[in-house]
Amino acid sequence: MTITYREALRQGLYDAFEKDERVFLMGEDVGKYGGTYAVSKGMLERYGPERVRDAPLSELAFVGAGIGAAIGGMRPIVEVMTVNFSMLALDQIVNTAAMLRHMSGGQFEAPVVIRMSTGAGRQLAAQHSNTLEAWYAHVPGLKVVAAATIDDAHGMVLAALDDPNPVVIFEYPALFELRGDVVHPSVDIATAKVMRPGNKVTLVTYGACLHKTLEAAEAVDGEVIDLRVLRPLDMAPVFESVRKTRRAIIVDEGWRSGSIAAEIMARIVEGAFYELDAPLARVCREEVPIPYPKHLEEAALPQVEKIVAAAKELLG
Amino acid sequence: MSARFEIAPPPSGPVPYPRELSIKLLTDMLRIRRLEEKCAELYGAGKIRGFLHLYIGEEAVAAGSLPALAPEDNVVATYREHGHALLRGVSMNAIMAEMFGKREGCSRGRGGSMHLFDAAARFFGGNAIVGGGLPLAVGLALASQMQKRKRVTACYFGEGAVAEGAFHESMNLAQLWHLPVAWFLENNHYAMGTSVERSESQTDFCIKAAAFGMPTLKVDGMDVVAVHEVAKRACAQVRAGEGPVFVEFNTYRFRAHSMFDAELYRDKAEVELWKTRGPIHTFSARLKDQGDLTEEQFLEIDRAVMAEVQRAVDFAEAGAWEPVEHLLKDVYAP
Ligand SMILES: Cc1ncc(C[n+]2csc(CCOP(=O)(O)OP(=O)(O)O)c2C)c(N)n1
Repeated sequence: MTITYREALRQGLYDAFEKDERVFLMGEDVGKYGGTYAVSKGMLERYGPERVRDAPLSELAFVGAGIGAAIGGMRPIVEVMTVNFSMLALDQIVNTAAMLRHMSGGQFEAPVVIRMSTGAGRQLAAQHSNTLEAWYAHVPGLKVVAAATIDDAHGMVLAALDDPNPVVIFEYPALFELRGDVVHPSVDIATAKVMRPGNKVTLVTYGACLHKTLEAAEAVDGEVIDLRVLRPLDMAPVFESVRKTRRAIIVDEGWRSGSIAAEIMARIVEGAFYELDAPLARVCREEVPIPYPKHLEEAALPQVEKIVAAAKELLG
Repeated sequence: MSARFEIAPPPSGPVPYPRELSIKLLTDMLRIRRLEEKCAELYGAGKIRGFLHLYIGEEAVAAGSLPALAPEDNVVATYREHGHALLRGVSMNAIMAEMFGKREGCSRGRGGSMHLFDAAARFFGGNAIVGGGLPLAVGLALASQMQKRKRVTACYFGEGAVAEGAFHESMNLAQLWHLPVAWFLENNHYAMGTSVERSESQTDFCIKAAAFGMPTLKVDGMDVVAVHEVAKRACAQVRAGEGPVFVEFNTYRFRAHSMFDAELYRDKAEVELWKTRGPIHTFSARLKDQGDLTEEQFLEIDRAVMAEVQRAVDFAEAGAWEPVEHLLKDVYAP
C-alpha cells in the first residue's frame, strides 16, 4: 500500500512517539491547527497537549527550549514551520546546540531533533521560498539531513532521535504528494545513496531536486546520487561514481555561491581530480530572491531541461 | 460554542461626522471587501497564486486609521495588507496587477499578495515574516527623528507578532529613544490556529506595552468611528513629539487564515457571532438610522466599487509578464 510523503512524515512521528515516551513534538500550530502542512494531523488527539505542544510565534525561544529540554533529558522534536522562520532561531541552533558539546569539554550534549520544511516552487515569493540547507551544513556539531524519499521522510526522524547529536531534518513541501512505499522502515543518517545507476555522468543532488534529477538522468544515462546527509558529507559513493562516469554535475536548489554544490565540487576536485575527463558543472538557483510570478520562479530554479542541457554540454 | 469572548454588542449609536466623511469611510471599507472577495474568486480560478491572506472582517481598522495619517507619514504592514495599501492610495489596478504577478503591479509583479510596496505612497510593505516590520518601523522613525521631521510611522501588526522577540525589542527601542511610531496592533484573536489564550501568558496587550512606559489605547476595531477617533488621537500625540503610542484594535477575521486552512481551531458559531458585529453592515445601519444613507445610495456606492474592482481585474488581465531576461534585475543597485 503506497503512502504519501506527508503520511510518511506523520508515520515517522507516530513511530517515534510509540518508541520512546520522552519524545514530544513542539512547534507553531502542530496541535490544534493540525500542523501547518497537516503533517501532525491527529497527533494532539492521540497524545495530548503535553506531548504535542503548540508554541507561540517565538522561534528563538521554543527552538532554544527544545535544545534545553534535550540537554535536560527529554527527546524533543522541534518543528519550525519553514526554514525561512528558522532564521529567527539560528542563534540557539548554532551558538548553543551545535557548540555545546565542544565548549563544555564533552560534558554536555543536546540530542535535539529540529525539523523544518524548505524550498521554493509554489509561488510563495521571496521571503517564503528560501533554500538554506547550506547554512546549516556549514556548522560543525550539527548533523544535517534532507529527506527526498518516502523511506527517508519516514525513517530519518527515528534515526535522528537515536543520534546523540543535534540533528536538523529538512522536509520538502514540493514532495508532500509524492507516493511510494516504506521499503526500509529503518534508515541511517550517515550515507549518500545511488538512486539510479548510469554510465555517462554523475548527477549529485539532495532534497526535492532529486526527482527532477532522476527525470533528467533518463535522457543522459546519468548516475544519480542522493546525498541524504548534508553534514557530515559521505563522499565515497560520489568518488566511486565519478571513477566510472568521469564527469559530474551537482544539482542544488540553493543559491550557487557558498552552496552545497560548491562544497561537493571542491571535494571532488580534492579527492578525484585525476578521474575527471571534463570540468565539473552545477545547476543551482539563480542568485535572486524568488520572484512571485510562475515563469520567473521557474526560471530561477533548477529544472529538468537545465540539468539535461548541462549534461549534454559536458558530454559534448 | 465556546464563550471565550465577551463579545460586545454590535457597534451602534450616532455617527458624529459630516455625511461626506461617513460615506468615505463606508466606501473605503467596501473597496477592501469587494477587492478581496474578487481576489478569493480569482484564487480559485488560478489567476492569483501563492499565499493569499484576506482582511475581510477587519476593514474598519484600516479604513478608520489610515485617514489619520498625512502623505509624508510612513506605513509599515504585514502580509495581510491589501486593504492598507489600497487606502494608503496605491491604486486598485496596481494592487490587482501585483496579485496577478504582472509588471504593472505595484512591486512590478515580483512580490505578489504578501509584498505590496509603493514608494510614492510611503508604503513600506508587505512583510511576510511575522514581526518583521516592527524593527523596520523603529528605524524609519529614527530617521525621521534624526532629520527633525514631523513624520509619523504607522506600523500595523497582528497579535501573533507580540510573542516574537522582535516585538519586545522594538517596543523598548521605540520608547527608549522616544521615537515617533504609532503601533497599530490588529488583534484578531488568532495567529493561524493559535488563539491568544493559548499563546500569551498575559493576554492584555496594553499591559505589555505599558510595561515599556508607553501610552496605550484600546478600541473596538469593528467600529470605524471609534477606530478613527483613536487613530487621530494617537497620531496627533506621536506627531507632537510625545514618543510612541500603542493602540490595540479588537477585531476578527471572518475568513480562513490563508487559502489553506481547515479552520479546526474555532467554532463556526463564534465566527457567526462576530459577523453580527461586521464593520460594514453595522456602520451602514447607523448611517441609515440617522438619515445619512438610503438603501438605494448604498447600492449605488457598491455598484461603483464593483466597477472599480472590475476595471482592476481588466487592467491586471491586460498587463504584461516581466520578460525572463529581467530575472536578475533589482537584486543590487543598477
Ligand atoms: C517568523 C514567522 N513565523 C511563522 C510564520 C507563519 N505565519 C504566517 S502568519 C502567522 C500567524 C500570524 O498571526 P498574527 O500576527 O496574529 O496576524 P494575522 O495573520 O492574524 O493577521 C504565522 C504563524 C511567519 N510568517 N513568520
